[in-house]
Amino acid sequence: MRSLAVVRLLLRMSILNELQYRVNFFLSVFQSLLALGTGLATVALVFGQVDRLDGWSHPELLLVMGVFTLIGGIVQAVIQPNMTMLMEDIRNGTFDFVLTKPVGAQLFASARSVQIWQATDILAGLVVIIVAIGQLGRRLSIGSILAFVAMLVVGTVIIYCFWMLLTITAFWVVQVEQIVELFEGFFQAGRWPISIYPGWLRIGLTFVVPIGFAVTVPAQALTGRSSGGTWVLAVGLAVVLSVATRWYFRRGLRRYSGASS
Amino acid sequence: MSVPPPLEGLTREPGRVRSMADFYLTTMKSALITEFQYRMGNYLYMIGMIAEPVIYLVIWTTVARQAGGSVAGLSVGNLAAYYIVWTLVRNMNIVFTPYGWERRIRSGEMSGALLRPIHPIHHDIAYFAGWKFVVILFWIPIALVLSLVFRPTLDPDVAQIVVFVIAIWAAFLIRTLFLWVLGMVSFWTTRVGALYQLYFAVELLLSGRLVPLQIMPGWVRALAHFLPFASTFGFPIQALTGPISTAALWSGLAEQFGWIGIGSLLVAVVWKRAVRRYTAVGN
Repeated sequence: MRSLAVVRLLLRMSILNELQYRVNFFLSVFQSLLALGTGLATVALVFGQVDRLDGWSHPELLLVMGVFTLIGGIVQAVIQPNMTMLMEDIRNGTFDFVLTKPVGAQLFASARSVQIWQATDILAGLVVIIVAIGQLGRRLSIGSILAFVAMLVVGTVIIYCFWMLLTITAFWVVQVEQIVELFEGFFQAGRWPISIYPGWLRIGLTFVVPIGFAVTVPAQALTGRSSGGTWVLAVGLAVVLSVATRWYFRRGLRRYSGASS
Repeated sequence: MSVPPPLEGLTREPGRVRSMADFYLTTMKSALITEFQYRMGNYLYMIGMIAEPVIYLVIWTTVARQAGGSVAGLSVGNLAAYYIVWTLVRNMNIVFTPYGWERRIRSGEMSGALLRPIHPIHHDIAYFAGWKFVVILFWIPIALVLSLVFRPTLDPDVAQIVVFVIAIWAAFLIRTLFLWVLGMVSFWTTRVGALYQLYFAVELLLSGRLVPLQIMPGWVRALAHFLPFASTFGFPIQALTGPISTAALWSGLAEQFGWIGIGSLLVAVVWKRAVRRYTAVGN
C-alpha cells in the first residue's frame, strides 16, 4: 500500500509540473491529429485497392488502429518519459539518487515522470475505437467490453516490460539513445493486425510478436474474434515478461557502478 | 618581402577552389572516422529503421496478392525491390535535423560557425556526406538479408544504375537544403515543433516514403509534382527499381537539379536575413 501512495504522490507532482506548460496541450493535440490523419490515409489507400485485408474489414482495422493509438498514448505519456529519464540517469551516474530512496528502485524509476499532455493520443484512440464500434454495427455484450478492458491492461503491461527490457540494457551498453528509435520502429508494427505478418517474420522479428499481440488481442476481444485460449496466452506472456523484467533489472543493478567510478 | 598584388588576384580563384575541396575532404574523412567509432549505435539505429519499410512491404504485398498479384502495376517482386532500395534512400536522406537548430542558436554554437570564412552549410554537407560512406557500408549486409527474405524483382540497366548513383546524392543534397531552410525558422521563433511535424507529415505522404506514388490518387501525384519531396524519395528508388521510361529517368534527374538550384537560392536568401536576426537577438 505504501508503494501505491508513492505512485500517487509522484503522479501528482508530475501533473502539477506539466500544468505549467499549457501551450504544450495544443501542440500535442495537433500532433495527435497529424498522426491520426496519416494513419487514416493509409487505411483508406489500402481499402481503395481491396475490400478486406487478410480477412479484416475496414471497421475492424480501424479498431486495431484505435487500440494502437490508445496504447501509443500511454507509452508517450507514462512509459517513454520514465524510460528516457532512466537511461539518462544510468549514463550520467545520477541513478544514485534513485537508489538512495527508501522505495523500490524499479517502481520509483517507472513512475516518476508523467507527461499528461501527451495523453491526447489516448483520447484520439478512444474516439477511433468508438467510431469503429459504430461502423461495425454490432451490439456489444458486457462480457466482451470487460474482456477488452482486461486485455488492454494486459497489453499495456506487455509493452511496459518490453520497453523496460530494452532500457535496462543501458546498464551494459551505455550509449542507448538509439534504443528509443529501435522501439519506436518496432512499435509501429502494432498498427496492423499481428496475423498479417508472415509466420517466419513473426518469429524472426521477435519484437513484433509481443507488440502486435498487445494491440491485436484487445481489438479481437471486442469483435469476438478471440477465444479464451488467446486470453490465457496473453496473461501468460504478461506474467513471464514481468518476471523476466524484474530479474533483468536486478542483474542490471549489480552492473551499475555509480557516478564516481 | 611582399607578394605583388596582380599575382595575388590571379591565384585567388584556384586557391579558393582548392581550399574548399580540402575542407570537404578533411571534414568527410573526420566524419567517417568519428561515426565508425559508434558502430553499435549506428547499427542499432539502422536496424530499428528497417521495421518501417518491412511493415509497409508486408501490407502492400498482402494487398497485391489479394488484388490478383499486383497493385497499381507493381508486382510483389517490384514492391519488395521498392522497399529494399527504400532503406538505402532513407539512410541517404538523413541530414542535419531542423530540431538541431534550436540548440545551435541557444548554445551560441552559431557564433563560432559565423567566424569561419566559409558558409556553415558546407560543414553540414561535408560531415553528413562523409558519414554516408559508413552508412552505405553497413547497409550492404542488411540489404542482402532483406533480399534473401523478400525476393525482389530487380533488373536495372546501366543507365538506371548510373542515374541512381547520382540521384541518391542529389536527394541527400536536396533534403539538406530544404531542411536547412526549415530549421532556420528557429531564428525567428523557438516554437517550431508543430511546423516541423506538419512538414514531415506532408513529406511522408507526398514523397513516396509511405507508398510508391503510383498507388496514390491522381490529384496527389499532380500535387507531388510541384513539391521537392518526390525528388528525395520516390524518384531515386524508382530510378533503380522501375518501371521507368528512359525519358522519365533523365527528366527526373533534371528535376532534382532544379530543386538543388531552388534550394540553394532559398538557403542563400533566408540565411542572409537569419544572420542579421541572430546578431540582433543572440548577443
